[in-house]
Amino acid sequence: MKKDLLGIGDLTRDEIYRVLDTAVAMREIGERPIKKVPTLRGKTVVNLFYEASTRTRTSFEIAEKRLSADTLNIAVSTSSVQKGETLADTAMNLEAMSPDMIVLRHASSGACHLLSRICKSRIINAGDGMHEHPTQALLDAFTIRQHKKTIEGLKVAIVGDLLHSRVLRSNVLLLTKLGAEVWVSGPPTLVPRGIQQLGVKVSTSVEAAIADADVIMMLRIQQERMQGAYFPSLREYFQLFGMTRERVRLARPDVIIMHPGPMNRGVEIASDVADGPHSVILEQVANGVAVRMAVLYLLAGGVEDEAAA
Amino acid sequence: MKRLLKGGRVIDPANGRDGAFDILIEGDVIARVGRDLPVDGDTTVVQIPAGLVVTPGLIDIHVHLREPGQEHKETVATGTHAAVVGGFTAVACMPNTSPVNDNAGVTEYILKQAKAANLARVYPIGAVSRGQNGEQLADIGELRAAGCVAVTDDGRPVATALLMRRALEYTQMFNMPVIEHCEEPSLKGDGVAHEGLQASALGLKGIPGECESIMAQRDIALAELTGGLVHIAHMSARQTLDAVRYGKARGARVTCEVAPHHFILTDERIGAPVPYDTNAKMNPPLRETADRDAMLKGIADGSVDVIATDHAPHHLDEKHVEFDRAPFGITGLETCVSLCFDRLVHAGVVGLPRLIELLSVNPARIIGVRGGSLAEGAPADISVLAPDLAVTVHAASMVSKSKNTPFDGWTLRGGVAATIVGGRTVYVNAAVPGLAL
Repeated sequence: MKKDLLGIGDLTRDEIYRVLDTAVAMREIGERPIKKVPTLRGKTVVNLFYEASTRTRTSFEIAEKRLSADTLNIAVSTSSVQKGETLADTAMNLEAMSPDMIVLRHASSGACHLLSRICKSRIINAGDGMHEHPTQALLDAFTIRQHKKTIEGLKVAIVGDLLHSRVLRSNVLLLTKLGAEVWVSGPPTLVPRGIQQLGVKVSTSVEAAIADADVIMMLRIQQERMQGAYFPSLREYFQLFGMTRERVRLARPDVIIMHPGPMNRGVEIASDVADGPHSVILEQVANGVAVRMAVLYLLAGGVEDEAAA
Repeated sequence: MKRLLKGGRVIDPANGRDGAFDILIEGDVIARVGRDLPVDGDTTVVQIPAGLVVTPGLIDIHVHLREPGQEHKETVATGTHAAVVGGFTAVACMPNTSPVNDNAGVTEYILKQAKAANLARVYPIGAVSRGQNGEQLADIGELRAAGCVAVTDDGRPVATALLMRRALEYTQMFNMPVIEHCEEPSLKGDGVAHEGLQASALGLKGIPGECESIMAQRDIALAELTGGLVHIAHMSARQTLDAVRYGKARGARVTCEVAPHHFILTDERIGAPVPYDTNAKMNPPLRETADRDAMLKGIADGSVDVIATDHAPHHLDEKHVEFDRAPFGITGLETCVSLCFDRLVHAGVVGLPRLIELLSVNPARIIGVRGGSLAEGAPADISVLAPDLAVTVHAASMVSKSKNTPFDGWTLRGGVAATIVGGRTVYVNAAVPGLAL
């Protein structure tokens, strides 16, 4: 693996499979009564979060602790960022304390690339602006694989705010790399220009996108998008794109419904779908820990360890 | 004191000259131009090595000198130093300083600093509106009297169609152009890159080409309505060029400029070689291949009037941040000539005479200053160019106070040999052998 995980583009097909395979073993650790292994003992991991996050930060922290790393959480409200320190300065100061890895969540696309240029520590992108969220895509792939055995040849429909979604970008890169047929759907105001060139099919008809789909992945709709005149009302959005039981019937009978969270019930997804038999939303959360353990392990030198063994 | 420049190829499109001519400089003016001029006792003969080109002084009509107010980025002294190193004998500087150049006091201050620096000539450009706020006209007559050659609210467009109309009408008293930064504000939003595949893949907010062309269309229509002079600054989108062509065909008094980065680079530069390189962030943004190629075509077919750099120095600290938080702009004065030689002349897009029109003749005409000509009696503002000089761009050794260029490390063919302002040699490139200016 490369030094950092900044985006799915950093991973080859084989490396993606290595992460997914390693995560199987990591998941098993989470099912033991003593959920801890000494793998990352003596390694320091900094979770540097410039954006609010419950799921991702907790997931990383649990993953780090299960691997016995020394973890340190820096949240924006408590750090010197409030005093006007630049990201570059924060990075240099952290670097001076020699952490082994930095997990970064930031509102600016490319913030991880800036950090990567400054730091010798390995950087894991935990979401940068509208760019990428690679560990989310990896845990999504892990979840799909659990249910469908393989990703190649599956029809995956991704529905929602495509424009502002880093989850979309990482998933498109990963799923197309692994041979899935990816459809994306959302109002034309929320479709990024040129996205077809990334190898996906675009449809403004959610019905067409999810017809006979093996996987439906819903993306969060942010309320503030209405101010940007992307769509007229949440009510109309739900009517046109909301995932209802009726719509789910258009997909394959064994379709799985995914959502990276946090969900807006009644906006992009109906509660009876979110909590219904096709939903794997909580499994995604559970798998997030295992996949992040795998990423941490492999980046920390798991490969070299194997070679030495 | 007399100096006779002898040898080299003299290209002076304004006077229809292209060939071997002698130029006699007497004091600060060109006294005579001709073949094999006689030499009297008090004349120093300067032999121009073969292969060099002697042209009327280059003029960059779109430069941010940052003074007053942002001296950490650039000053009149460092900016004009960069100008002469880049082969420019004159620059026109934008009014978005702090305070804004919307009154004679600021104009006079800039001119005082320029006089003290005593390098390139400086032609200040005043604001269209007071404080560039887009509400009330600045005292344009006062600015003109103090030395401003044009007005603009550059950095932003003239806020309303009505104010633009008034500016285009009012400036006709002074025969001054209104230079327009074309940008429809609501379409720009908080965009930071060209709207297209690159921005989509990198997760950056986009700015469509129409953001620029829609405003250009408004302004060209108003130029037609009023008979005023509008000059479209730093054109980047193919749609804008089409709008300019349309306006010219209809007889509107519209001219336009394009910056080297917009006819050389595309938005792919944001992703590689350095991902999210803030030195690839400028406004208007680097656009896609079709736009870049349209700019080259416009340069070749004569639709483009001027090449101007939009030299926009920013301090390293300001650029060493997240892409969306970095200021827009790159430096341009010290790379322009080499880029033009390499990508226009040697690439076969234009011949040297046309390049001199773009960099000297037309800029002088548009801002209405003397220059762009090697006529007898004209100021002795002369650029000596080295079309085959091997140049490697080295940002760290640039004389501009700021080093924000996307061309660092580029090797280019063609450069500057010497710069003469008012008869005085203000720059000689040590890398050019045999030049004793």
